[in-house]
Amino acid sequence: MALKAGAIAPDFGLLATPDQKVALSEFTGPVVLIFYPADWSPVCSDELSVFSAADRLFRARDAQLLGISVDGPWCHQAFKEQRNVAFPLLADHNPKGEVARAYDVYRDGDGTSERALFVIDADRTVVWSEVSPVGVNPGADGALRAVEAMS
Amino acid sequence: MSEHARLSISVGPDDHSRGPLDAKLTVVEYGDYQCPYCGQAHPIVERMRTAFADSMRLIFRNLPLVDVHPHAEAAAEIAEAVGEQGKFWEIHDTIYENQHDLSDAALLGYVEQVGADVDKVKSDIADGGPRQRVEADFEGAIRSGANGTPTFFVNGLRYDGSWLYEPFFEYLTQVLES
Repeated sequence: MALKAGAIAPDFGLLATPDQKVALSEFTGPVVLIFYPADWSPVCSDELSVFSAADRLFRARDAQLLGISVDGPWCHQAFKEQRNVAFPLLADHNPKGEVARAYDVYRDGDGTSERALFVIDADRTVVWSEVSPVGVNPGADGALRAVEAMS
Repeated sequence: MSEHARLSISVGPDDHSRGPLDAKLTVVEYGDYQCPYCGQAHPIVERMRTAFADSMRLIFRNLPLVDVHPHAEAAAEIAEAVGEQGKFWEIHDTIYENQHDLSDAALLGYVEQVGADVDKVKSDIADGGPRQRVEADFEGAIRSGANGTPTFFVNGLRYDGSWLYEPFFEYLTQVLES
């Protein structure tokens, strides 16, 4: 079961580009973690396009969006450029799925993460989380509401 | 999933609406004029309106995903500005039927084609009204849990199934009979 509201959000340092790491602890405001199964898959592409378009609504609340999948940084880079994603995509590829496991959203059988959202406050506590069926794109409403409820 | 993915802005008199106001099925489409799936869905939705006739009402609202569709915002603003002149559905259909060319010049050509006042469209867009409306639609879409383009809400609930004719028809029939 995915980490629930009240859990401590495990820190991580993951490559956001082939030569640059991003750590959860770098962010001083709310963070929304968007775990998705794979770059390029149709549902994931739509999900990230919607979050990318919604990025400005999250920024207005000083919240940072971070996408995470088990794809490597070069794959992320190509996907991010092609889809013009407005926020970092982090590579949970080495060891594969380590961060997904820490948040309890790794799917052993598939070798990918669940489609899961976590809203984390400035004290690094999970305040809201949701796992969607892999084939269903969750949309951004639940995460936005959780971010707004914080302020 | 159940506590969200509901239409956050009720259908009202300012919406672009097609079909009888008292229809049992109200389908709200959040769409993007440059999105190829929306282009594909357009004739399907029209077939659906024919099939359900008096039982279905269609509402269209804007969800331009500008990071992937650079012409989507301009097309949406054009449609809204022409809508101000009472010709929303004419321009809406024309844009979807000509989705391969959404350059600024082409869009103004479509405005002329539907018989709207081009100068008024230009000045309305310069004044920012259409932009505000598109932005309001966009924010409403995100708050409703729209999850891509197109996203359909049937009687207020997000429809996560396929919008290809057969499965969508079957779903609408079920809702109608329930």
